[in-house]
Amino acid sequence: MFDRFLQWLESTPPAIAISESSWLFPGIESVHVLAIALVVGSITMVDLRLLDVNLRERPVGELIAEVLPWTWISFAVAVCSGALLFSSNATHYWGTVPFRAKMLLLTLAGINMLAYHATIHRSVDLWGRRPPTPRAAKISGGLSLGLWIGVVTLGRWIGFV
Amino acid sequence: MLDVFIHWLGATPVSQLIQKVFWIIPTVQAVHILAISVVLASMAMFDLRLLGLAGMRSSIASLSRRFMPWLWGALIVLAASGSILIVGEPKRSLGNLSFLLKMCMLATAIIVTLGFQSVLKRDLKGGSADLAPAHAMLAKITGLLSITLWVGIAVAGRLIAYTG
Repeated sequence: MFDRFLQWLESTPPAIAISESSWLFPGIESVHVLAIALVVGSITMVDLRLLDVNLRERPVGELIAEVLPWTWISFAVAVCSGALLFSSNATHYWGTVPFRAKMLLLTLAGINMLAYHATIHRSVDLWGRRPPTPRAAKISGGLSLGLWIGVVTLGRWIGFV
Repeated sequence: MLDVFIHWLGATPVSQLIQKVFWIIPTVQAVHILAISVVLASMAMFDLRLLGLAGMRSSIASLSRRFMPWLWGALIVLAASGSILIVGEPKRSLGNLSFLLKMCMLATAIIVTLGFQSVLKRDLKGGSADLAPAHAMLAKITGLLSITLWVGIAVAGRLIAYTG
């Protein structure tokens, strides 16, 4: 069933255009790398603040409100460009370990973020104005940092298998 | 001349080691990309502020103090990891058009950044609270030039894999 879906994906006009063109894949891949760089770079700023490493003078709530829109825009670009790259050779990518592991870490990073916003972030006005941040926030920031480093590493690894 | 150097570098024991151990190149490339994400995010924040598009609550001077150490720190990591990649695959990078373009843009970006920082420093020394109002246009030009160059550097870097 899922194999059929992957095959259908590969047969869609954009997928065929990307796999047949000599410049579409590198072009979209460049956009993908740029978008991921902005996603990871902006999330790292927030994670390091949650870990009390940098931007200590900035209230956490304010920093997140300022950075997150840029993260989401970049993430949307990364998902769209990534989906296009995936479609060009879907069956192959789906079969690789780094791709599956990357999707797993991406999901975990999403769950970690949701958990943070559903719990600790609710009281950010109480603890986020000045350091130190509570332990739960540090754990969340550390997890996020580790998961995103994993996502980038595995993503680069997809090109080597 | 360049070919001789590429051939010599590729034959050195260090290069041979990097070529033989399968995980070195992907891992170093991953580190390289992580450092690029630090540069791009920091410079996007700083340049958007120079362009007047974001972060207007903070002064240019305070954002400069905040982001410049990350830029220079990440550039050191990039130079180190990039050097390992060149030593491991000299033929892939040196003499590659995308690589040369990337290095030219990198040199320009560094000069633009240093130039702007020295103007900012002089303004602050002259008693100004932030970048002097007379340099508002310079800030906009620097912001546009800088973000364009850093994006170009990242793109050219990825294209090294595809051009000769």
